[in-house]
Amino acid sequence: MVMELSNANPVVYEKKERRIRQAPENTDENAAEPIDQLEIFDHIRDIKDPEHPYSLEDLNVVTEESVEINDELSHVKVTFTPTVEHCSMATVIGLCLRVKLMRSLPPRYKVDIRVAPGSHATEAAVNKQLSDKERVAAALENPNLLDIVEECLSPTFG
Amino acid sequence: MDNGGAAELRETHCLKGHADRAWSLAWNPSPGAGAGPVLASCGGDKTVRIWKRAPDGTWHCSDVLEDTHNRTVRSCAWSPDGKLLATSSFDATTAIWEYSGGDFECVATLEGHENEVKSASWSQSGSLLATCSRDKAVWIWEMHPGNEYECVAVLQGHTQDVKMVQWHPVLDVLVSVSYDNSIRVWADDGDDEWHCVQTLTEAGNCGHSSTVWSISFNQNGDRMVTCSDDCTLKIWDTSIDLSQPKTGEGHESWRHLSTLTGYHDRTIFSAHWSSEDVIASGAGDDAICLFVEEKSSMVEGPSYRLILKKEKAHDMDVNCVRWCPQDPRMLASASDDGTVKLWELGGSVLD
Repeated sequence: MVMELSNANPVVYEKKERRIRQAPENTDENAAEPIDQLEIFDHIRDIKDPEHPYSLEDLNVVTEESVEINDELSHVKVTFTPTVEHCSMATVIGLCLRVKLMRSLPPRYKVDIRVAPGSHATEAAVNKQLSDKERVAAALENPNLLDIVEECLSPTFG
Repeated sequence: MDNGGAAELRETHCLKGHADRAWSLAWNPSPGAGAGPVLASCGGDKTVRIWKRAPDGTWHCSDVLEDTHNRTVRSCAWSPDGKLLATSSFDATTAIWEYSGGDFECVATLEGHENEVKSASWSQSGSLLATCSRDKAVWIWEMHPGNEYECVAVLQGHTQDVKMVQWHPVLDVLVSVSYDNSIRVWADDGDDEWHCVQTLTEAGNCGHSSTVWSISFNQNGDRMVTCSDDCTLKIWDTSIDLSQPKTGEGHESWRHLSTLTGYHDRTIFSAHWSSEDVIASGAGDDAICLFVEEKSSMVEGPSYRLILKKEKAHDMDVNCVRWCPQDPRMLASASDDGTVKLWELGGSVLD
């Protein structure tokens, strides 16, 4: 199947140097270790773009700054920036982000995935679809779509 | 145990069995003479579970309905006589189950929707069944002897995914709610032609500003509550009989009465009106809220007040809340955490 790429020549950005997360000073092994911005970013930075052999970090779709977290309220918000305004892959990328965080974070977390304001022609529609968990659940029961998501997520394991 | 104290909601049972999120619940309205309450639950594990109370007060799963739907079972609904259960699935079908010979048997499968079926509802007489789907359509089916179902109307009007359908408790008037933020009311014109007789929107009727997830009528049907992704509940005056043809100038219609806002801070997935006029809501903030009408403030029109908010009712989103018809103080809730919980409402719910 030949598909027209929605962004044929994406700009590839330089990767940020990977920081090693500092082990907490706390010696109590049973204390809950709060999840921080960098940890969330580490979960999603290596997700592969659906059409290019680059990671979402390579394409500046996600940065560390695109992650907001309130650990106390168990709330995570990821704001991603599609490579072009008419990117037809925006919902697929959002779905990959949601699935990855769903699988990586404890179930108490509420995750919101949004496109950056002004970055997409159908921003409101994409955001509404990504926040509708019923439609997300139905999408993930679609074997073709699930294959695409799994393929994009595969570099993030291991 | 109405001791005049503040209302309280006490968890009495936590029913485990679903292997995925529990989406929806339905109490059997007519479980049979001498039988205790019967609850059906369904979910992402593609099964329906039937829960019954034993004489000693414990609850157990008596039946698991499986191997019929091959995708998520999104919702379930009992016929008014309690003999049939309709289950709606992401597999684009609605199955009809009959309890006979001590077992649930799938006696019909309704096909026609292009994709996921989100909800089904039986009319008060039990002769009509409505279904709705992500394909934007609402279908009305007529039941004939021998478990034959005939589609008598395909209702087009919603511009997006239809989330839920609910028949009026007394009249053959159907309500549907949608991802297009609107509420539509449908009735037949006396010649078995079904039409949209009213559309409630944000711009025209103080309606919702995002997806409307659920709807519930009070017992006699003169009011209804809707809830939404906009984090509000809205109360509507539905006392006008929209099943009658309009006569004369300036016809009356259903109208907005009250908006309950600021009680949930994430999507409200479910609202349900008890026979004692307590409205329960369940939301993505894991909480259950209870509301009653403020009887003392009639001067400025009806208003509703929060009598209780149960934070952390579940470990994850609350997808469905349903009051038991045989016991108006018993509430059931279903959650993404896979459990179904039973609650007892105690204390006073009055002013």
